[in-house]
Amino acid sequence: MAVLERSYKRYTGALSPEWSRFLIIPRHAFRDVFRSKLFTGFYALSFMAPLVFAILIYLRHNTEALAIMRLNVVNVLPIDATFFLTFVEIQGWIGFFLALLVGPQQVARDLTNNGLPLYLCRPFSRSEYVVGKMSIVILLLSTITWVPGLILFLLQSYLEGWSWFSQNIPIASAIFLGSLVWILLLALLTQTISAWVKWRLAASAGLIGLFFIPSVFAAILNEMLATHWGNLLSLGSLIRNVWAGLFGTFVQQVGQVQQVRRGEIIREAWVTEPPLWASWLVLFLICALCLWLLSRKVKAYEVVK
Amino acid sequence: MTLDATVTSSHLNDSAGVITLDNLSVTFGGRPILKNLNGDLRGRAIGLLGPNGAGKTTLIHTLLGFHQPSAGTARILGSDIRGDANQIKSLIGYMPERDSFISKMSCIHFVRFMAELSGLPPRAALERAHEALFFVGLGEARYRNVDTFSLGMKQLAKLAQAIVHGPRLIFLDEPTNGLDPPARQRMIKMIREIRDSRQANIVLSSHLLRDVEECCEEILILKDGRLVVYCNLEEERKANKKFLMLETRGDLKSFVAGIGSMGCECAMTSDHRLKIILQDGTKIRDLYKLAAGSQVQIRRLTYKRDSLEDIFLKAMENGIVSEARP
Repeated sequence: MAVLERSYKRYTGALSPEWSRFLIIPRHAFRDVFRSKLFTGFYALSFMAPLVFAILIYLRHNTEALAIMRLNVVNVLPIDATFFLTFVEIQGWIGFFLALLVGPQQVARDLTNNGLPLYLCRPFSRSEYVVGKMSIVILLLSTITWVPGLILFLLQSYLEGWSWFSQNIPIASAIFLGSLVWILLLALLTQTISAWVKWRLAASAGLIGLFFIPSVFAAILNEMLATHWGNLLSLGSLIRNVWAGLFGTFVQQVGQVQQVRRGEIIREAWVTEPPLWASWLVLFLICALCLWLLSRKVKAYEVVK
Repeated sequence: MTLDATVTSSHLNDSAGVITLDNLSVTFGGRPILKNLNGDLRGRAIGLLGPNGAGKTTLIHTLLGFHQPSAGTARILGSDIRGDANQIKSLIGYMPERDSFISKMSCIHFVRFMAELSGLPPRAALERAHEALFFVGLGEARYRNVDTFSLGMKQLAKLAQAIVHGPRLIFLDEPTNGLDPPARQRMIKMIREIRDSRQANIVLSSHLLRDVEECCEEILILKDGRLVVYCNLEEERKANKKFLMLETRGDLKSFVAGIGSMGCECAMTSDHRLKIILQDGTKIRDLYKLAAGSQVQIRRLTYKRDSLEDIFLKAMENGIVSEARP
């Protein structure tokens, strides 16, 4: 069907492999999101922290530079699990704001204009659609979380030596797994909210609300009941516990409360964080709920009963 | 690794009908929407007719795999909709009834994106997107956002995305909805061009009888989820030879009385023109004999063909399945 011939002709050429078709969605989405200067600027800024962490690692191994600056970084900033946990936390929250900019418009954009039948009438399944949409957030956030995290880990290994690398392999897996759990959670939440709230601003507000409103309730519950089990309601606390568990810095007993009457301690109790399995379980349930909600909404047509 | 479209489609059974309905039933929430549809549709352009709520769109959606049949099945180009949904989808194009596009996307980007989702590699998708947009007449507007298009242009963009990957079967759901008369004519012309190219079969769903009459060879009429008529339009028109129009010269009194005595109904539309409804068993030869005996010349005898409207109205009145194989 040449442009000048203007007649209908069947396509008989080669086809792309079926397994790779879900990647068409992020490829086209990236073209759109990077047109926004605000987003591109924010994305560039998100590499500041990796740069600072790389400089810190470098400085720690550069005795001449430390001598010139008269710094004792070796004792002030040890390069250990906590160092990388801090990195994952910082990048994780930057990733949250990136997801906030990119995620809420993705499914809503198709739903508001009845675009879904156009996807699903092609050799493209609902699961490929969901995976394709999620991979926008997954790929984008990967470039600022676990990818630079592992590069930092390799830089430290290179400067410290092979023995450090072999002793600290769990840190590398914690960087990867911790980031991946967070990214998956964000991808699922953004796509679910996007599917149910078609107005982009409302969807963004909903996502912020989902993170911060339950945290307030959790804090109130914790305060009233002198416990930390309320943290199971707070997404931020859940993921912090999961990260801490993966990096081996999780402490279950976080404080002690005392009941005092007339100057005498009549009761003492430990305030404990919920066990790690509970945090994992709640995250798993949230993901399952998101998938169920997505499956209800991502349909070519809704049948109205 | 790449797949060859010709190879993929070559093992499809070409001798099979375009669409074969095999006791197809669809139920939503316990309410039957399509009831035991049977038929072997083979036309290049098949019109899908029926009053609102008859099940036209549900039938298309079921064939596209959007709804699961509650009983029976259907085959498209030889492939079963229950088992080979992905294979079927690679061979079909679909133009939905409602506005369907992706906002904040230029038209060329939108059509290219759809072509890539159909399996075309990026470069071929871009080429075909340009070609499809020129074909439908949106060549000059292809870099504009689809959101800014008029209703008619959006219809054309929908047609472009339906044909960009060169499918073998194209479902068009109310393609002329909301179009002004010139735009409607252009749309009909394009549908006929695709039909006449013999590169693709078309299923055209519409409640506008004129659209179907102008484009389709075969029609399928649904009523309350049942198939009430499936026929070849031209054959059906020709088959009805009961209505005659005569142009005559001479004294018609005795001729008209003679026709009445043969048991036929007759009406004079002007001095020399008669409309006759023949009774079963009455032959045209008898009419000529009667005319000769009455000193009447029959200058012209034409059968009044059933229009699609006649066929449709009869189907709505009778509600009986009639099938006339091409």
